[in-house]
Formats: sequence, C-alpha cells, structure tokens
Amino acid sequence: MLDVRGLAFAYPDGHQALFGVDLHVHRGERVALLGPNGAGKTTLVLHLNGILAAGAGTVSVSGLEVTTNNLAEIRRRVGIIFQDPDDQLFMPTVRDDVAFGPANLGLRGDALDTRVLRALEQVGMDAFIDRPPHHLSYGQRRRVAVATVLAMEPEILIMDEPSSNLDPASRRELADIVRALDVTVLMVTHDLPYALELCERSVILSDGVIAGDGRTREVLADADLLARPRLELPYGFTVV
Amino acid sequence: MGAGHGHTLHYHGHSAIHRLPAHVKIVALVLFVLAVVATPREAFWPYAAHLTALVGAVLVSRVPLSYIGTRMVVEVPFVVFALLVPFVAIGPRVAVGPFEVSAPGLVAAWALLAKGTLGVIASLLAAATTEARDLVAGFERLRLPQPLVQIMSFMLRYTEVVAGELSRMRIARDSRGFRARSIRQWPVLGHTLGALFIRSYERGERVHLAMLSRGYAGRLPSLHPRTATSGEWAVGGILPGVAVLVCAAALVIAR
Repeated sequence: MLDVRGLAFAYPDGHQALFGVDLHVHRGERVALLGPNGAGKTTLVLHLNGILAAGAGTVSVSGLEVTTNNLAEIRRRVGIIFQDPDDQLFMPTVRDDVAFGPANLGLRGDALDTRVLRALEQVGMDAFIDRPPHHLSYGQRRRVAVATVLAMEPEILIMDEPSSNLDPASRRELADIVRALDVTVLMVTHDLPYALELCERSVILSDGVIAGDGRTREVLADADLLARPRLELPYGFTVV
Repeated sequence: MGAGHGHTLHYHGHSAIHRLPAHVKIVALVLFVLAVVATPREAFWPYAAHLTALVGAVLVSRVPLSYIGTRMVVEVPFVVFALLVPFVAIGPRVAVGPFEVSAPGLVAAWALLAKGTLGVIASLLAAATTEARDLVAGFERLRLPQPLVQIMSFMLRYTEVVAGELSRMRIARDSRGFRARSIRQWPVLGHTLGALFIRSYERGERVHLAMLSRGYAGRLPSLHPRTATSGEWAVGGILPGVAVLVCAAALVIAR
C-alpha cells in the first residue's frame, strides 16, 4: 500500500531531517506515527504526496512511485489532513471547500454534489454545508477538514496531530468518525493515548529514523523504547 | 465571530434586488455611475431624477433608508473637500450669505457632492443586497482575471483569521502590562505588525501546501456559476436605463 524505502531528506539550509526511513503500511491498517516535536514527522508526511521531493530513497503508493510526473494521481491516492483546520479550509463556504479537491480531479455537476454531501455525512457535518468555515467551532472545522480529504476518496488518509486543541467530546467524536471509515490511516501524533485508542500498530520516528515498530500496546508498554525519543505517557497513565 | 451573514455592509433580505445575480448588480452599478458622471452639471433636475430613481430602488430592496444613511459617513472627507472648493477656486466671485465665493468653484463643489453622493448610495445599495462571496462569484462571472478573483476570495476567508490573530497578540501583549500611551511605544506596535505579517506569510505557505495536497493546479474551481436570465438582466437594467435616459435628455436640453 504505502512503501517508503531509504528515504533521506535535507532542507535547502543544510538541516537534515530524515536519515533513511523505511516504512511499510498495509491496506486497511491504522498506524500511528509517533515522535516528539522536531523528529521529522511533518517532513516525512510531506514526502508521501510529493510536496517535498526525496533527497534519496523512494516513496510509492499502491505500487505507483511518487515522481513529478504523477503528482495528480498520487495526491488523489494520498489525502493529508493538516494540523490547523484554518490552513486547510480556505473557500467561502463548507460546500465549496469540500468540493475543491474533487473539482481539481475533474468532477462536475451532480457527481460533485453527491461526493461533497457523502463526505460531509461521513463526518456528521452535512447540516453545515452552506456555512462559512470561520463561523464553525474548532472541532467542527477539524471535522470539515477531514471531509475535504474524504471527498477525494483517498486510498490512504494521513492525519497530522488530529487530536490537537480538541476538547474531550470533540476528540471522542473524531475518534468515532475515524473508526467508522473504511480506509487506511496513518496518524501522526505525540498523543499516545489517542494512538492506543485508534491504532493497532505504532511506529516511532526519532531523529529522522524509525526507532520502533510494533503493536501499539507493546510499544507503549516498553519504557526504554519510549524514553529515547522523549515520548511519555501522560501523568498517571500506564499501559498493561 | 462575525455576523451570521457575509460582511458588515450586508443587510439580509429577500427582495427582487437581493435575488439578482451579483454580476448583474455589478454591471448595473457601473453603468449607473457612468451615466451619473456623464450628466452635465449645470442643471439640477437631472440629479433630482437620478436621486428619485435610486431612492425608489432602495425602497424596492427594503433596505431601510436609515441603514444606508448611517453608512454614508464614508463620504465625509469628500464633503469637506467639496465645501472647501468654492473658497479656494479662482474665477468670478459671487456672494453667498456673508461670503464671497468663486462661481465656477461653487458649480464644481455641487457636481462633486451630487455625483459622489449618488455613487455612494448606489454602491451601498449593491453592497447591502449582495453577500460577499456572491460578489466574488459575480466578478468571476464577469471574467475578472483568476488571480484577482483568488486574491479577493482569500481576503474574504482570512480577514477574520488574521484579525483574530492580531487581537490574541494584543491581549497577550496587554496581559504583560503593555499600554500604548505615547509615541515611544510605537516600536512595540511595529514589532506586533511585523510578527503578524510573518505569521500570515507562513500561514499563506501552509494554506498553499494544503491546496497542492488536494490537487490545486493554479485555478480555483468555479464558485457555483450562476447565470442570469434575460428577465433578471431586464430588472437589473431598469435603474441604469433610467439614468442613461435622464443623462441623454439633460445633454440634449443643455445644447
């Protein structure tokens, strides 16, 4: 499904963010990509749909390698939900915003309307279709941001810090939505309880390399594995 | 959070004018203003006719006259300028009350005031009856170049986000005991604006990345192409039509 081999990348200023990342995600899996701030998580994510071009190594999605010639198809297959919904939602209404992706894929008319409505129903925001995004609450905007990507019917959904800034109820609602989706998910986070709640498997990214990979429950129970990349369960939590 | 509907100038309603497609209103507004500007300034009656037609349109739109009236404050600087013109202009003088003023200046001031006021009222009517996003869609329909349409649409979307950011920065600044009391505090305000600029710039980059991720290739998908029927063009054409007739009649009579 998603296959990353030997991926290395340095920013133009010389700062090297990734030092040979190998990652394989199977169809239908929900995988948490864990790492502290500055571990290279966002840099890795921006390679998965070709926003950044690999310095070395390859990324391929369902057998299609990410190159400049097939960016349109790659971006249809890989849907990224960015951390700040205000970065993602920029059109005057929710409807226009959810339609933005599929319209770029060439959908028009009824097919587009159906796609937009279906995506909004999946996140329970269909009643807000004609509202401007800036009149919605933060949790609602996050859900609309999810819909903007679902409308493109991606093969893999990548969520960058999906739980950040959400209150407990919004957090649970988003978890319910993610669980109900029939799609491969890569969730980038340092919210370890959320990873445990939603993802069978966790991968730890530390200093630009994969430092751990296994069942979330086992990864989170391994204190040594967590300590090196400065990951910690919140106070009072233990995984058994 | 702003008002539930569009922008601050918008007055929610369902009149015939509210229902007209935005591009019809834009065209009508431009034609009306051109007709008013072309009307010879020596006669008063054409302006009375323009004003009557315009007030009629405002009544049809059911936007209260007081709503338009209070928003006409924007014209004040022009009014002040118009009032000064007769005193500073040269030419033969006439007596107006205790003052000796320039006769051509008086005519120029009258023309500025009358044309300006009509233009402001017409613009306010268009703004009050059109939601901001429809206005952008209207400009798109009128083939305004895509980059300009996109700039307007982004401005519409992010004004509140940037204003919110600025107010959070202000609150955070004031929470640390800052008060802008004298010119010596201006550098702090300058830094605030600088930081806001950089943040907005960076947000622009993140928005662009998010757009690229969803397949953006230089064109925004159309914001609901709304076509106008010939009936709607006819309704929209009434006001500029009357204005053009008045202007033509005034030109003929002035000969």
